[in-house]
Amino acid sequence: MLHLILFSAFGLICVAGAVNLLVQRHPINSALSLIVVMGSLAVEYLLLGAEFVAAVQVIVYAGAIMVLFVFVIMLLNAGEEERTGGSRVAWLIGIPGMLAGAVIICWALLRHSDAGSAVIGALPGAPADIAQLLFHQFLLPFEVTSILVLIAIMGAVVLAARPESKQETKKEG
Amino acid sequence: MVPLSYYLVLSGILFACGVTGFLIKRNIITIFMSIELMLNGVNLSFVAFAARWQQLSGQVFVFFVMVVAAAEAAVGLAIIIAVFRTRETLNIDQVNLLKL
Repeated sequence: MLHLILFSAFGLICVAGAVNLLVQRHPINSALSLIVVMGSLAVEYLLLGAEFVAAVQVIVYAGAIMVLFVFVIMLLNAGEEERTGGSRVAWLIGIPGMLAGAVIICWALLRHSDAGSAVIGALPGAPADIAQLLFHQFLLPFEVTSILVLIAIMGAVVLAARPESKQETKKEG
Repeated sequence: MVPLSYYLVLSGILFACGVTGFLIKRNIITIFMSIELMLNGVNLSFVAFAARWQQLSGQVFVFFVMVVAAAEAAVGLAIIIAVFRTRETLNIDQVNLLKL
């Protein structure tokens, strides 16, 4: 019962943050409501017994990625969003289609809700068990992601470097 | 005890909010945040299925999704900075040429 109450409370906060992200016009308000969404999702992960994922969610998502977002918003001095009409196809087909898809998926899931239920703390989500899996069964994907992160770092540095400084290095070389 | 379908419905709502933001928002940074919202919705369904089937590999997949999302955020924000530097705008409607 307590589990259900906590789930509903943080689920409501989560959905409210997501809707607020859509309603707000200033990007910094959207970023702050996205932090609310990520924080309440971390609580949902804790309710599912996934302690490691909850910690990583707070550190990586709500911490690192959102700091990057807020930093870029401040760096570019992003003002309020100009409301232009946008694509007519998006309004006519995209949004009704998306809403219909969401309603159908929710209806189907709730109708066939005999898929079982998630028990609190049922899953051994301790970091040691995940490390055991990550460094044995998923060792190759783990190493591949390290290469991916390296490429991403190099790409970000190349993309964000100023064009003038590139010419200067050319002259020096 | 919370039914698995409740978690999946929550994750579906988050994903739908992300898609809607992607369609209606005009600021390039907010569109990027909507993509992160969609990734979060998918992560929640991964963890819910992991708890349902007692498989820890679902949580490992969430870890990989987070790594890819972090890399994507770094590169994407660098692209946004490059676009802003050449065009002086963040409005997606005014970014209509691939050429600089």
